[in-house]
Amino acid sequence: MLENIRLSFQGIWSHKMRSFLTMLGIIIGIASIISIASTIKGTNEQIKNNLIGSGNNTLSIMIYQQGYPYIIDSWSQPPAGFREVTDEVCDQIRALDSVESVTRYNERQYSESIFYKNTALTNTSVRSIDGDYFETVGYTIRTGRNFIESDFKNFRKVLIVDQTAADNIFGNEDPIGKTIEISKMPFTVVGVVEQSRKFTPNINNLEDYYTYANADTTGYIFMPKASWPIVYQYDEPENVIVKAVSVDDMEAAGKGAEDILNATVSSSQTEFKYKADDVLERAQKLQDMSAATNSQLIWIASISLLVGGIGVMNIMLVSVTERTNEIGLKKAIGARKGSILGQFLTEAAVLTSIGGIIGVASGIGMAQVINKVSGVAVSIDVMISGIAVVFSMLIGIVFGLLPSVKAANLDPIEALRRE
Amino acid sequence: MILKLEHIYKDYIQGKLTVPVLKDVCLNVDKGEYVAIMGPSGSGKSTLMNIIGCLDRPTSGSYELTGKNVLSLNERQLADVRLHNIGFVFQNFQLLPRMTALDNVALPLIYAGVRKRARRAKAREALIRVGLEDRVTFKPTQLSGGQKQRVAIARAMVNKPDILLADEPTGALDSKSSKQVMELFQKLNDEGVTVIMITHDSGIAGYAKRVVTIFDGELAEQKGENEQ
Ligand SMILES: Nc1ncnc2c1ncn2[C@@H]1O[C@H](COP(=O)(O)OP(=O)(O)OP(=O)(O)O)[C@@H](O)[C@H]1O
Ligand SMILES: [Mg+2]
Repeated sequence: MLENIRLSFQGIWSHKMRSFLTMLGIIIGIASIISIASTIKGTNEQIKNNLIGSGNNTLSIMIYQQGYPYIIDSWSQPPAGFREVTDEVCDQIRALDSVESVTRYNERQYSESIFYKNTALTNTSVRSIDGDYFETVGYTIRTGRNFIESDFKNFRKVLIVDQTAADNIFGNEDPIGKTIEISKMPFTVVGVVEQSRKFTPNINNLEDYYTYANADTTGYIFMPKASWPIVYQYDEPENVIVKAVSVDDMEAAGKGAEDILNATVSSSQTEFKYKADDVLERAQKLQDMSAATNSQLIWIASISLLVGGIGVMNIMLVSVTERTNEIGLKKAIGARKGSILGQFLTEAAVLTSIGGIIGVASGIGMAQVINKVSGVAVSIDVMISGIAVVFSMLIGIVFGLLPSVKAANLDPIEALRRE
Repeated sequence: MILKLEHIYKDYIQGKLTVPVLKDVCLNVDKGEYVAIMGPSGSGKSTLMNIIGCLDRPTSGSYELTGKNVLSLNERQLADVRLHNIGFVFQNFQLLPRMTALDNVALPLIYAGVRKRARRAKAREALIRVGLEDRVTFKPTQLSGGQKQRVAIARAMVNKPDILLADEPTGALDSKSSKQVMELFQKLNDEGVTVIMITHDSGIAGYAKRVVTIFDGELAEQKGENEQ
């Protein structure tokens, strides 16, 4: 066997050009499959990372009005029966097996009542948060300090801004100590936070996703929960963010929190409801969509493998004819049918395996080029690469079978008579 | 008796025509004999040789090799007989062009399941026996006709067969190389190897101790001149 493999390599090497051309179909087929598979995997991972809680398994539960998120602003009254989320409710949610931590917040989007040095900050959203917010959502303090116990207790008018807001509002200046006016009340910036994990979404094959991933470009400024009534309404209904223990727990966490929150609302309220993000579902749909388009490409690439296999068979048949003498001699000196069969099958399998390995390498290369040129995310799957090589070997065995059987059945007398 | 052919017939079917090539051939060869088979072209020498070498089966008749009825063996067993009991030498050498002399000689040992190290040692030893110890790594294209035939003889002998079968071994050689090959056959025969050789050339047949002639498929013993 080892001897056969060694001889096969010798044979392949002594016909470099021909061997390469024979392998070409396999190389192209495998390379296309690998690059397509890498693109599918990369896209899926990116969709998952970007959509599913930015990689930290969070999802938000908001008030929905007949299927659409209900956004509270300074002019609208909160729906009847919805109030602040109490500490007890938070504890209940936190007690769920699927939940790691919980936080709640109020929000005003694009508020016109926020000023810095007489400039309205219309692109900034403001949120009131509890002490668990940064931890849960995945922010870390970049400069300055976090909110402390006394900020909440004493209704202090302090702010923390995120990186985007800091850049938009203060440019090159140091935000710490600056004053921002919210509803004519002066608030002092005490810290800047940044998202612990940053993602630059660059999926462009799915328009839906593209829009979604780029929606979140405005900055946020945060104030302690206790200070919210100073500038906005008292006992305003809040949104909740839960962090699930793992990606797989997200659905359970969302449903659980949703139920607990809806239980606080009177059953006569049918128009408004707490509802959890269905990011998981959305991610799944997008992944399925991208996989479906790309797996059609895999079928097309498989045709190239089939053509490659037929090419291998063709060349092997030629090779058997060419080597009739060699086969006859080997049989005359005592080679069994099985040895001849084994020799040719090994040769075909080695040839296509080398083709497969070259194909995987070029596929990986191609994936990198696709990534560089079009920005599509790629991710190499080691298992698929392994399967591809094994599969090419099988192609060699399957398509090498006919020529090998032909070789094994050659009549040595006929074979030796030919010159 | 190492080889016992009795009433061998061989017919070839050519369309609707049956062409008899061997007709009632009987041949007994003792261990250690040196037999030349002579005859004109087309008389059936190679056909007979192929039957003796277990490459072909007769249409009828019986054939015993080292006491075994080889006609009852299956294809796989025949391959093993060729591997262990018979060494072939051909007119046109039949060396594999991409392999060195050593690898060519070692080829039958692969099929005999000999390990690589032992294979190389045995092949080298066989090449030394035919006087080619300084051509071990040469490829066939780098060897003269006579040298090629000696490599082929080394290959035929490497599994220590009972019989050496040679079909026109000097047919492609000049007289000097032919003489060398004949001396080698003589030496092998002296060492106890049974040699059966086909030739056109009565000069070459003269090296054998016994000559049989075949004419139009019928075998006849030639008496007298070779008996010393
Ligand atoms: N496969 C075959 N089919 C039909 N006829 C055959 C076949 N093989 C050999 N013959 C015929 O058998 C006869 C003997 O052939 P063989 O090869 O044995 O002759 P030979 O004595 O070896 O001749 P040469 O000295 O030319 O080698 C020839 O007439 C040949 O045409
Ligand atoms: Mg002949």
